Amino acid sequence: MSAGGHFLFLIALLPFVGALLPGLMIRAGRTVCAWTAAVPTALALVMLLILAPAVLRGEVITAEIEWLPQLGLSASFFLDGLGLLFACMITGVGLLITLYARFYLSGDDPMGQFYTYLLLFQGAMLGIVISDNILLLLIFWELTSLSSFLLIGYWKHLPEGRQGARMALAVTGAGGLAMIGGMLILGSIAGSYNLTDILQAGDAIRASEMYLPALILILLGAFTKSAQFPFHFWLPHAMAAPTPVSAYLHSATMVKAGVFLMARMWPVLAGTDAWFYIVATTGLVTMVLGALIALFKDDLKALLAFSTVSHLGLLTMLLGFGTEAAAVAAVFHIINHLTFKAALFMTAGIVDHETHTRDIKRLGGLRHLMPVTFVIGTIAALSMAGIPLLNGFISKEMMLEEASHTVWAGSPYAVPVLATLGALLSVAYSLRFVFHVFMGPVRDDYPHKPHDPPFGMWAAPALLATLVVVIGVAPFLAEGIVTAAANAVTGADLHPHLYIWHGVTPALFMSIIAVAGGAVLLLMHRPLDAAWIKAPRPEAKAIFDRLIAGAVALSRSVTEGAHNGAISRYLAIFTVASVTLGYIAYRGSGLSAPTRELLVVPPVIAVGWVMLIVATVAVVTMHHNRFRALVLIGIIGLSISAGFVYLSAPDLALTQISVETVTIMLLLLALHFLPKETPKESPIGLKLRDGVIALAAGAGVGGLAWAFLRRDIETISGYHIANSYEGGGGTNVVNVILVDFRGYDTYGEIIVLGIAGFLIYALMHALLDGPAARRLKNMDYSQDRSRDRHPLMMVVVTRVLMPIAIVVGAYIFLRGHNQPGGGFVAGLVVAIALLMQYMASGFAWTQERKRIEYHTMIGLGVVIAGLTGVGAWFAGQPFLTSAYTYVHLPPIEEFELATAMLFDLGVFLTVLGAVMLMLYSLSRIARFAGETVNEGPMDYDPGANVAEETATEGR
Amino acid sequence: MEIIVASAVGVLTAGGVYLLLRLRTFPVILGLALLSYAVNVFLFASGRLAIDQSPILSKYGEASYTDPLPQALVLTAIVISFGMTAVLVMIGLASYLEADTDRIDLDDTREGEDA
Repeated sequence: MSAGGHFLFLIALLPFVGALLPGLMIRAGRTVCAWTAAVPTALALVMLLILAPAVLRGEVITAEIEWLPQLGLSASFFLDGLGLLFACMITGVGLLITLYARFYLSGDDPMGQFYTYLLLFQGAMLGIVISDNILLLLIFWELTSLSSFLLIGYWKHLPEGRQGARMALAVTGAGGLAMIGGMLILGSIAGSYNLTDILQAGDAIRASEMYLPALILILLGAFTKSAQFPFHFWLPHAMAAPTPVSAYLHSATMVKAGVFLMARMWPVLAGTDAWFYIVATTGLVTMVLGALIALFKDDLKALLAFSTVSHLGLLTMLLGFGTEAAAVAAVFHIINHLTFKAALFMTAGIVDHETHTRDIKRLGGLRHLMPVTFVIGTIAALSMAGIPLLNGFISKEMMLEEASHTVWAGSPYAVPVLATLGALLSVAYSLRFVFHVFMGPVRDDYPHKPHDPPFGMWAAPALLATLVVVIGVAPFLAEGIVTAAANAVTGADLHPHLYIWHGVTPALFMSIIAVAGGAVLLLMHRPLDAAWIKAPRPEAKAIFDRLIAGAVALSRSVTEGAHNGAISRYLAIFTVASVTLGYIAYRGSGLSAPTRELLVVPPVIAVGWVMLIVATVAVVTMHHNRFRALVLIGIIGLSISAGFVYLSAPDLALTQISVETVTIMLLLLALHFLPKETPKESPIGLKLRDGVIALAAGAGVGGLAWAFLRRDIETISGYHIANSYEGGGGTNVVNVILVDFRGYDTYGEIIVLGIAGFLIYALMHALLDGPAARRLKNMDYSQDRSRDRHPLMMVVVTRVLMPIAIVVGAYIFLRGHNQPGGGFVAGLVVAIALLMQYMASGFAWTQERKRIEYHTMIGLGVVIAGLTGVGAWFAGQPFLTSAYTYVHLPPIEEFELATAMLFDLGVFLTVLGAVMLMLYSLSRIARFAGETVNEGPMDYDPGANVAEETATEGR
Repeated sequence: MEIIVASAVGVLTAGGVYLLLRLRTFPVILGLALLSYAVNVFLFASGRLAIDQSPILSKYGEASYTDPLPQALVLTAIVISFGMTAVLVMIGLASYLEADTDRIDLDDTREGEDA
């Protein structure tokens, strides 16, 4: 990191941090709000100015923090001449815009939001110009698209604002995507994502066969952002934004980002024929076309928007020439365009603000009513026209000079003639801005009586107009920054000199033709305008709208084809796709020869297999009777548990069998409310289709299992077995993996389980607050209900079993580290014991005796597991490292204490809490559905009955 | 033995997929349960089959063990799939109580046929 590097981080961060403030400070008033927006901008500008002398001397200031080195992504920034120029423009104009917007925005506009968006946008722009890493640059690039979307659509109530914002986002976002591709190609050619490295690798990149694709993709990004033909159409529609936004986006920032990028990549990409023909031609076409359309726009802002398009074309063309002198001209024109265009936009905003119209045909004669605005607007517009002694003149001369000796496809005239035509049109629309708005007689039909605005509103454009004159008269003042920026663009050591008078050159004649021709064109404007209106021409917005409508229709047909609202449709698609992919993979690589001996099948296992298959087939064929299907599911689960026992997986068997129990209980509870039968409604065709899909999936998965079961693999389990006892202190390797080796996974899993529990609880509450509650209340379950809900035998047996079950649970839990068992199984066993109480003695009776809420249990479990993990930190170990020791308490045998057990306790509590909360939530619904509360453990009191009967007999 | 496990996985998958594609919530839940069995056994089998080689370290010297890692993964998978089934059951129940039909495609046009 070089000296002053830390400033770069601050410069990049300040706007984003600052963006948080205006939204809050608006409560303190509009002026305070504007101040809070100005402070971060001003601070960034001050820091830039502190760094400026070093940069102007030719130093490059760098700063870097590693971020994701594996991806080649680092938070690295650098500031060279080009970056400094743009950063100063962004912050400087940002300040002026902040001031201007304070007066421009009306009391109804949410000003806090405006400044927040503005600062976000400013931060993104600053990020682009000082990023050293192209991946970081891409992030900022996308951020400008997003934040400009917010700014353009700031007036949410205007449909044009929303449409314009969408269009800008669609166009620049699409370009951004293309650019990501191009940048990645560039990075892979150069072998680094750091701009400083890429800039060194220019020769290798230009020689690469991937150069052209990379160039086109990157240019797509730059052209869409900088509104180059044929992507120019979004920019005029973005005019629906408030004028401060337009002034900011179109002078110093957004649209200059593309130009900046082309300048930044100039040493790498420029200098080839492809670059010249794509970039220079696009620029030239855009320049002429934009100027032509601008001349016939009646909306002040639209005129300025198309003139921006035209000037961006000019800049693009200059960069496209690929010569060093053209690059100098481009850099200088960037500064000049900024000054006059921002001033012009603000002038247009003032006119709009004062007269309540931007229609040139309704304006005129404003010089008498708004003298200050008139002076500012005229200076800026004349500079745009390229009149001597204003800065626009100098850079236009330089442009014409470069154009005059550029040969395009063998023709020495094409570029000079078209460039002169562009300049001529530019003169015409600039003069139109002055003459049709300010000159002429004062009218009496303005929508609002205009007068000059308060000082705060014209201060910013006045300052810019002053700059226009100062640079125009004394261009050598700008030489320092132009030199630094041009050197950064070209990578050469140039010493350009800027003069007002270039001598009698072809450029001078071209300039004279342009000014004279422009004046003539303005005089002929009325008939030309009439002809223009009559002439048929393609409307970019209509084409764009049709494109979008087509894309929407296509996406909709695809989406609706795949997602028709029925889960079965997309599950079918998903299954077919997976099976097909699996089949393709199988066909692609083939199989090696089997290496494993097959194990023999004992008869008992064969019987179990038959049971499993029969039960599965039966579930499928008889699923219409839902209770029967549940019984069959139970058989399948038990067969699988038995299989686990036989295949050396005691832990799995224990878990499977206890999960089976709670699952069946859960489904039974749910079935209480659901229909008991599934209607036979699937047409035979559908059944056939699903049958084929299901058989294909089954054959695929079964075949896959068959294939790998007969082949050996390398596994990492040797490590687990070897270290289970020494490292984890347990002999049950499965449990040690769960609580120690893969403890972090387990931690995540119990959290998921806990969340599932809470989710069900929340769903239950939402359900009981909604319309379903009424339906529940009116349900009649009397047919389903047993008359003896809580049979005596069941009540007595479950109560006797309760302590035994708890002891079994504790036993399974304690031995889990060394023998089959552990927190998961213990939690399930205890949950089953508790559920038995609910079933036997009734919901209300059990609920009364519950001491701890299940929510608490889940929370406690997760916290205990987490704290156990954190405990390892105090021993200087990573999260969840376990420790163990052996303890000997006299009456008991020596036993082991491991922190892993504490973790397992967390698992136990979470599992217990989650399972209970789930089933509790379902039974809660039953209470709501009108199930009565039993007074005692049994509905039926045998004693009372006997007494009654004896009484009857006695009578 | 291998063919038994592989065929069981295949049959469970086929049954599960078929039920998943039914038009009512309850068969879909059953299908999911079957598919969970299939997936769990499949994952378990990825450690290859072994008999009488529990991954419990023997006190009596060298012994061979089955692969414990898939077992640990499947153990949590069993518990998580219960949680998933429970959430699905609750959602199915809620949609039935809210909409008065347990069809999985709550299409306006089709709802009329049920009512």
